[in-house]
Amino acid sequence: MNHNSKSKKKKFIGISLILTALIIIMIFVSLRTGVISISFQEVIETIFQNGSKKNELILFEFRLPGIILAILIGIGLAVSGAILQGITQNELAEPGIMGINTGAGLAIVLYLFLTRAWLPTSSALSTWMMPIAAMLGALFAALLIYILAWKKGVNPIRLILVGIGINAGFAAFITIFQLKMDPQDYRQVTVWLSGDIWNANWNTVIAFLPWILILIPLVLRKLETLNVLTLGDDLASGLGANVEKDRRTLLILAVALAGASVSAGGAIAFLGLIVPHIARKIIGPLHQYIIPLSMLIGALLIITADIVGKVILAPTEIPIGIVVSMLSAPYFIYLLMKSA
Amino acid sequence: MLNTIKHSTILKTIINSIAILLLFLSITLSISYGVTSIPLETVWNGIFSFDSSMTTHQIIQEIRIPRTLSAAFVGAFLAVSGAIMQGMTRNPLASPSIMGVTDGAALTLVIMLAFFPAISNLGLTFSSFLGAGLAVALIFFIGSFSTGGLTPVKLALAGVAIGTMLRSLSTILSLHFNLEKEVGFWLAGELSGTSWTSVQVLFISGIIGLPLAFFLARSITVLSLGEDMATNLGQNSILIKTLGILTILILTGAAVSVAGVVGFVGLIVPHITRFIMGTDYKWIIPSSAIFGALLLVLSDLVSRFISAPFETPVGAITSLVGVPFFLYLARNSGGGTK
Repeated sequence: MNHNSKSKKKKFIGISLILTALIIIMIFVSLRTGVISISFQEVIETIFQNGSKKNELILFEFRLPGIILAILIGIGLAVSGAILQGITQNELAEPGIMGINTGAGLAIVLYLFLTRAWLPTSSALSTWMMPIAAMLGALFAALLIYILAWKKGVNPIRLILVGIGINAGFAAFITIFQLKMDPQDYRQVTVWLSGDIWNANWNTVIAFLPWILILIPLVLRKLETLNVLTLGDDLASGLGANVEKDRRTLLILAVALAGASVSAGGAIAFLGLIVPHIARKIIGPLHQYIIPLSMLIGALLIITADIVGKVILAPTEIPIGIVVSMLSAPYFIYLLMKSA
Repeated sequence: MLNTIKHSTILKTIINSIAILLLFLSITLSISYGVTSIPLETVWNGIFSFDSSMTTHQIIQEIRIPRTLSAAFVGAFLAVSGAIMQGMTRNPLASPSIMGVTDGAALTLVIMLAFFPAISNLGLTFSSFLGAGLAVALIFFIGSFSTGGLTPVKLALAGVAIGTMLRSLSTILSLHFNLEKEVGFWLAGELSGTSWTSVQVLFISGIIGLPLAFFLARSITVLSLGEDMATNLGQNSILIKTLGILTILILTGAAVSVAGVVGFVGLIVPHITRFIMGTDYKWIIPSSAIFGALLLVLSDLVSRFISAPFETPVGAITSLVGVPFFLYLARNSGGGTK
């Protein structure tokens, strides 16, 4: 047993190192990819302060914040999905399908709609306010799903089915409010809703980063609880866990992470579904390993999706969310076919 | 009370007649009310003594009437498709939009617009049959290879995944070929672009699809009792299912090619009619056509006012009506009592 857990730890460290290396490679690839191509040599030169002014602007003011934002969003959504799958004991749970992302989206659209008269979208205050609005929207969606799925308890499958319905309803409200916006905001919201690193600049990064820095450590403190909850309600209460209270705390953390991620990167569906699965396949059921690996895999997947979206039909840039769904939806269907 | 309705032919006929009356009333309202409201008298004259020099008469003839007729046809087609799907699969969540069939039709429309921009309206409609067929084939594939078949819940989840995939493909193509506006229109479900050509397309598909649906009604009733029962009664299930799917493709394809992805009509209307009319598809299918037409004509009317002066896509209205209904079904068929 002891030997087994030691070799697990070794495997975990090895895989984490490989993933980190891959992420660093992808960051470089991503830095040089775009409408204006910049060679690796130029990228390196610019990093060491020897590049041209133009390259410096493109790399440091446009591409780098986009990449960092993508990584943070990947981390947020992956962890959110891992928690949701853990606490619902349902491998199909995910913030996108369950309507939590759309709830955050609706809150942002409402926020833009209500403040458009006196607060420009690009202002600093607005950048700081949006994650909060999005989190409130996500929490509202989660609450609504929880209440509507409640029938002497919450059945995991019913939770997802209700989530699908809530998702469709919020989407309809978004359409109605979107139409009242001026054409420029309308387009922005449309692109953003399909999951794009929207408005990527250092301000967005700085507004989003604190949430990751606060929420992720809170999650990391709860890993033991998450393991217990995954065992099922009966066993968990037998082990002395306060099941409903722990579940609620973790649910709020997962929802807040999803909401903040949506405010920064739009409604990226399926990422929170597929990443924890890959992590579990690699390392087994312990959340001490699943959560950190999910963070790395989420980051790697989202940078890769960003690069694929930029390259595959260049010069057309395909939003990250679309690439991620195209990659992950077949996997979701596969899971569905397997599940009894 | 409901049981008497379910068993009395006279009551059923009366209810259907009232629904038809309401449909005519709402069609009249829909022709008369909009951004510019036109008095009923002018509507009458616009139809029966058309004067091409009058703007109101032109609005009536060229915009309002084709739009209202399209709404009625599209609503009827989607509701009948949903009824056939629910009957054949015995699955309360089966319907064109939930199963991704509408998204499949929309995808082929986008492909045609991207690669053959000069295609005729009938060509577009035909291609959307193929797209609807693609989605149905995907569902069948998933159903036949999954452990324990497709339960209602699995079906809904599979439909969401397939719909997302097909919609993503549409978005990718639209971004690449600069068709965002046209595609946005199809994916939202809108009736404001309809014309007499749309009515023609719908009419042609209707005279093939609807009689086929009525003809199949009896066999679908038998199928809805279970496949074993159908076989025992000497029914050729494969033939009936093939014809049923063909009908769904024709009706859904035509509806999507005109109005785009209008959700939930095909889900809720068959449930309502089954609740009133009982289990016999001989009654459910025609009533679904009437109630579906009524629902969409009314939704279209609401869509002009809910955020006036802007028009809201009719698909958003049907979603708002349909979601509470879907949630109710989800609570009841969501597996287990806990």
